[in-house]
Amino acid sequence: MIIGLAHYLTLAACLFTLGILGIFLNRKNVIVILMSVELMLLAVNLNLVAFSAFLGNITGQIFALFILTVAAAEAAIGLAIIVVYYRNRGSIAVEDINMMKG
Amino acid sequence: METLAAFAPALPEIILAAGAMVFLMLGVFSADNARTGVFIGWLTVLLMAGVAIMIGTGGAERVELFDGAFVVDAFSRFCKVLILGAAAVSLMLSFGYFERERIMKFEIPVLALLSTVGMFMMVSANDLISLYLGLELMSLALYVLAAVHRDSLRSSESGLKYFVLGALSSGMLLYGASLIYGFTGTTSFTALASTLQAGEAAQNLGLIVGLVFLLVGLAFKISAVPFHMWTPDVYEGAPTPVTAFFAGAPKVAAMALLLRVLHDAFPGMLFQWQQIIVFLSVASMLLGSFAAIGQTSIKRLMAFSSIANVGFILIGLAAGTQYGVSSVLIYLAIYVVMTLGSFAVVLAMRRANEMDETIGSLAGLSQTNLPLAVAFAALLFSLAGIPPLAGFFAKFYVLDAAIKAGLTPLAIIGVLASVVGAFYYLRLVKIMFFDAPGEAFTQAEPAVRWVFTLSALLVTFYVVYPAFLLDAAGTAARALVP
Repeated sequence: MIIGLAHYLTLAACLFTLGILGIFLNRKNVIVILMSVELMLLAVNLNLVAFSAFLGNITGQIFALFILTVAAAEAAIGLAIIVVYYRNRGSIAVEDINMMKG
Repeated sequence: METLAAFAPALPEIILAAGAMVFLMLGVFSADNARTGVFIGWLTVLLMAGVAIMIGTGGAERVELFDGAFVVDAFSRFCKVLILGAAAVSLMLSFGYFERERIMKFEIPVLALLSTVGMFMMVSANDLISLYLGLELMSLALYVLAAVHRDSLRSSESGLKYFVLGALSSGMLLYGASLIYGFTGTTSFTALASTLQAGEAAQNLGLIVGLVFLLVGLAFKISAVPFHMWTPDVYEGAPTPVTAFFAGAPKVAAMALLLRVLHDAFPGMLFQWQQIIVFLSVASMLLGSFAAIGQTSIKRLMAFSSIANVGFILIGLAAGTQYGVSSVLIYLAIYVVMTLGSFAVVLAMRRANEMDETIGSLAGLSQTNLPLAVAFAALLFSLAGIPPLAGFFAKFYVLDAAIKAGLTPLAIIGVLASVVGAFYYLRLVKIMFFDAPGEAFTQAEPAVRWVFTLSALLVTFYVVYPAFLLDAAGTAARALVP
């Protein structure tokens, strides 16, 4: 079997959906949400690199590099906010994030 | 030297970014106290004012830089001046509050400056990559600003919520961008527009899915319904001056980005995106108006009011014409003035050192503090859209643009939603003028008094000289939609 563009796109779509489900269905831990966000971004990178290879166009790979860099900064800020939150609340369970309704 | 001179159109961004780093160093090597924070804060305001004058007096021709990834034109200039104004005014409002709360750190103005650089990048983006980088630079700084009150559970919770939903929205936006790239082979807005000239290219299903994901990501940033869930919580939890900052500059930047993407990159898919924008607009207006009625916290009320306003702004965008774009810009300018004025009033709601942000605390304000009550009443009448105040003209132009573009049902829903909106704005006026007074508020600091007085005067006397704003918005719109 030849692995073509469609296989990569399907895999990326599955990973992306898993990431979104991970954010919405997860009731345990905020760290898991951070992992889900990372999963979504990696699915996008897979998409971009697959398209880039298929089109013979380098832009997609450059885009993927930028996303990797920004994702690192985003994870750092997310973890910092989680640390601040933990110091105030003493817990990072998702069901405890309920000071304000909504 | 010639290569350096070619970067001249990006000088405002370069100055702001370099300024942020200089101020960061200055702060790190100064004493760690509130005086350093306030000093750097005022330096930031001065820098922003200087850059605003530089942009305002600069040329108006369209220039592309960095291989077409970055564009400077009359549209970006208009939005940048507006963003700088909103950011500088909300910074000025913040110093007194942060000093009282003992969190006046020098990082606050530096973060605000960095997010402003991000907003500039967004407004000038002409490529999906620069769009993403600008958006993230803005958002990352805003996440930290929301959680800046480190010892407050509410502030850190609002930062956490904003972060999670913001990260989700950037993921959606990126997935859309990747599909758009995949099905057209380009990320540049100019190239996208010329690719989509061909009719069948615009019918591509993958491309439409990509556009929808991109719009979902952007709808999160402008807090349009059904992607508004974070807005009330973040507005309520974040420190009030930070909320004022969120309600002004980032909204302008995200809306400008939406205008730029839809008109520069996807004019060939007008039919497809128009339906989505109409839906977002109707949902935002209705939910924003109805959900605001039951609120008891003035910050939550302002959050729903901003959602409703976003709905009105989207009416102008849905029109998809040059007149529509100029009406959106006029609305944004007037909205920024009204919002900053209202938040200055919220910042004045303080007894001794205790902020009281419930609506009930406004009772009988006209008897304890008449100037504040009159200024807030003018702002509320304007938000409700009562002529001859500025808010009426803002709504009038977007509705007019929608009718001229054949979207009469949308305009009718807009009028009905503004009637519902008028109810809760006027209820506040009734509480201020006819309820039994409570304890008087402590005298607010000069910056806060200046801001609510000036913004009340601006919305009241806008009708005397509207030509300035109309001309500027018209020029900006012509640069975007020929």
